Amino acid sequence: MNTPLLSAKDLTVQFRTPKGPITAVNGIDLTLERGEVLGIIGESGSGKSVTMRALLRILPEAKTEIAGDLKLDGKDVLSLKGHDLAAYRGGDVSMVFQEPATALDPVFTIGTQISETVRRHRKVSRKDAQARALEMLELVRIPSPASRLGNYPHEMSGGMRQRAMIALALAAGPKLLLADEPTTALDATVQIQVILLLRELQREMGMATIFVTHDVGVAAEISDRIAVMYAGRIVETGTAAEVLKNPKHPYTQGLLSSTVQGAVPGTPIKAIPGMPPDLAQMPPGCAFAPRCPLATSACQAAVPDLRAQGGERRVACVRLEEIA
Amino acid sequence: MTDQGLTPPQTVPALSATSLNKTFTVRENGLGKPARYVHAVSDFSFDLPVGSTLGIVGESGCGKSTTARLLMHLVKPDSGQIRLSGEPVSRAKRDLKQFRRKVQMVFQDSSASLNPRLTIEQSITFAPMVHGVSLRAARETAWRLLDRVGLDPARFTGRYPHELSGGQRQRVNIARALALNPRVVIFDEAVSALDKSVEAQVLNLLNELKAEFGLSYIFISHDLNVVRYISDHVLVMYLGQVVEQGPVDQVYATPRHPYTRALLASMPSPDPEQRTMAAPITGDPPSPIDLPPGCRFAPRCAFAESICDTMPYELRHGETRVRCHMADPKLGHSKAEVIQ
Amino acid sequence: MTVSENALSAQPTRSQGYWSNVWRKLLRDRVSVACMIVLAVIILSAIFAPLLTSYDPAIGSVVQRLKPPLTDGYILGTDELGRDMLTRLLYGGRMSLIMGILPVLLALLIGGTLGTVAGFVGGWTNTIIMRATDVVFAFPSILLAVAIAGALGSGLLNALIALTVVLIPPMVRVTESATTQVRSLDFVEAARASGAGGLTIIRVHILGNILAPIVVYATSLLSVAIIMSAGLSFIGLGTKPPTPEWGLMLNTLRSAIYSQPLIAALPGVFIFAVSLSFNLLSDGLRSAMDMS
Repeated sequence: MNTPLLSAKDLTVQFRTPKGPITAVNGIDLTLERGEVLGIIGESGSGKSVTMRALLRILPEAKTEIAGDLKLDGKDVLSLKGHDLAAYRGGDVSMVFQEPATALDPVFTIGTQISETVRRHRKVSRKDAQARALEMLELVRIPSPASRLGNYPHEMSGGMRQRAMIALALAAGPKLLLADEPTTALDATVQIQVILLLRELQREMGMATIFVTHDVGVAAEISDRIAVMYAGRIVETGTAAEVLKNPKHPYTQGLLSSTVQGAVPGTPIKAIPGMPPDLAQMPPGCAFAPRCPLATSACQAAVPDLRAQGGERRVACVRLEEIA
Repeated sequence: MTDQGLTPPQTVPALSATSLNKTFTVRENGLGKPARYVHAVSDFSFDLPVGSTLGIVGESGCGKSTTARLLMHLVKPDSGQIRLSGEPVSRAKRDLKQFRRKVQMVFQDSSASLNPRLTIEQSITFAPMVHGVSLRAARETAWRLLDRVGLDPARFTGRYPHELSGGQRQRVNIARALALNPRVVIFDEAVSALDKSVEAQVLNLLNELKAEFGLSYIFISHDLNVVRYISDHVLVMYLGQVVEQGPVDQVYATPRHPYTRALLASMPSPDPEQRTMAAPITGDPPSPIDLPPGCRFAPRCAFAESICDTMPYELRHGETRVRCHMADPKLGHSKAEVIQ
Repeated sequence: MTVSENALSAQPTRSQGYWSNVWRKLLRDRVSVACMIVLAVIILSAIFAPLLTSYDPAIGSVVQRLKPPLTDGYILGTDELGRDMLTRLLYGGRMSLIMGILPVLLALLIGGTLGTVAGFVGGWTNTIIMRATDVVFAFPSILLAVAIAGALGSGLLNALIALTVVLIPPMVRVTESATTQVRSLDFVEAARASGAGGLTIIRVHILGNILAPIVVYATSLLSVAIIMSAGLSFIGLGTKPPTPEWGLMLNTLRSAIYSQPLIAALPGVFIFAVSLSFNLLSDGLRSAMDMS
């Protein structure tokens, strides 16, 4: 049996704040095979973006504590330091951010930024790096790529910038691509183009991808597997079809029924009442219990474990048997 | 352009606009370089029947937000007319003040649209007091409305905006808009920044309030699903123009304009087993600066022909109106049957 | 990072106003508290100078010239005319502080009004006010103050006018940029959309939001103004002898710089302490007012 590309065990991220520590990610387990796409769905405060930043090790060290076990291709990620860490970030793993306008450096041209990244991670000549940059822009289907190399980020439209961002992220040939809401800031007709592009590149280059989104539709378009996060924990995971077509956790069910997609105009949407818990004052036991229509006292007794439900499926709900 | 709307002529629409135009001038530098023009809104007309919701959809640069500001009289149109309950609105001070009692707006950024130095109560009582309501009465209104939008007045009146979550702040903004007892409320991407579960709650609230207070809504959004859910009529904008408008179920079921089709086909499929296989159109929406004289969608349209170099009119098609040469076979577009 | 934000805005049981929040934060900053104590001691002792010392600041004794500190009941020694240094420093603080603070307050009032109008009205009004400001701004401030005071002739009132004129342009700029920023926020648009007039919007929505940066800036200007007013007196364009004033005292004690360097430096120490305290306090205010 071959080892997965990425394995995270009991990954916990705490922020130190003046008001005491806050647990943003609370003991999550993740595994990812080579070439697999994992979608993480969650609302703001669910810990999905923090998880991504922990995987890339870009959280400010002075203010954060990462615990648990994190291995990428056998490498112990949490113990990386100095040069190894720099090689890991952008080399083994790279990230596409939500806002290409702020994630790209405004004072350098796209070409310079890509070729510099290539040279940082591979021993190639300046000329070869530039050739690689051109190749990358062609790969992300930017029209007239040769002339675009000399463009500054502000000279490009939102969709072009996000393509350039993807080119930059893929330039060093990462084993794992992290995409943090990469299409959220884009227009509808551009969003679908970028999703299709990412899907295609992922297939061609064979890298594993974690795709964070709050949009169920976007997750459905790209994910092989889906993990649903709530208040720093994974509450349900399984193949995309399993989770989205037959959600088992009450939160996933609520999230899917509260999207306007399926709602009938003129009738109320089945919205989840209340709002996500304050991470500084987490409720005892299952964090969703205060909003859950099916909660009983058992839900407050302990944090429910993710229990295997056959195949890829795992759900963290104590009342699973009764509600299924 | 007729100013008869989609409703039977005997009912007077709550709000209507006829041939609104707004062009902004951008000057690259002061040194004699010719000025460039942003066609923010061109030839914009609609009727908002009493008690209904008009959805406005489009992508960035399509003029949605300028439209909202034109309708609120926050920017002055170059030409065209806005009518409130059939009465033309002049820009005289008194008229405007009266108009602003009747038409209110909720913005996208729940945080920027509340003054950080004012308590929730002060924010809500501000507008009524501007219109001469006593502090006592304004307070009573604030408490009643906060309670109605689902925020316990005893807990929230004394708080400051930064102490609230995004969803709570947007509820405050809704209460604030309702404090003047308006007839029409314009929502400019009002739920776009909210989490999905909160968005659903707010949409339900909006529907309840509409029935309860007899309101009419203009709902501007880039989210096609939200617009389909909340609107009776929908208006699709592209580069400052309405390309298609009509009853929401008709437009969504049988979109006629190629852009509307592309927009609808761009929605991600919620079913992982039936993914979208090809992007309906390529490229980004162009910037609305210095537009060509013809159909504005033509450069990205799969059906563009030479006739598309001239500006199409809005053509009636049952209850919908489409701005496309293909909508009328007599115009000579060879693929006219495509949108029948 | 949304998570930490969420957690940090953990809801208090009772809401506090912005300014009481700023005050509490300021009290938690040790440097700011130290500055406030230093300033309070100097200001209060200047106000209550007659109660703290029995000497007359203007009358000295020729035999007691330039005595070192701690001699014969002169705690800080005597100056070149045999007057008690402590008394002169306390009384001198009155004039120095007034000449430092008053121009800033006047500039705050005049410059703040101009800046708010320029920022809120925009268009031509803005262009005229800001270009006029730029003209004044083009000169180095201390030179301009000297030139104006020199042209008007020496004297307190003229020094006051000179300092005020010099301090107005930076005040206008800061106010204008703060106003422009606030004016473009949605809540101002919402206020317009609810039919409020310009003055109401400025009073309710603009002032409260531009006050923080302006107060910070005015506090830092205080430190500059103290030094400039002392400078004007030093070169004879402000206070006239025998009125005690720190800048003037520095000048008259120049002759003693070799014989009694400690005494000659004392007025400078006070100028330095007040100026530095205002400067550090403005930094403290800035971080205390930064809400997020």
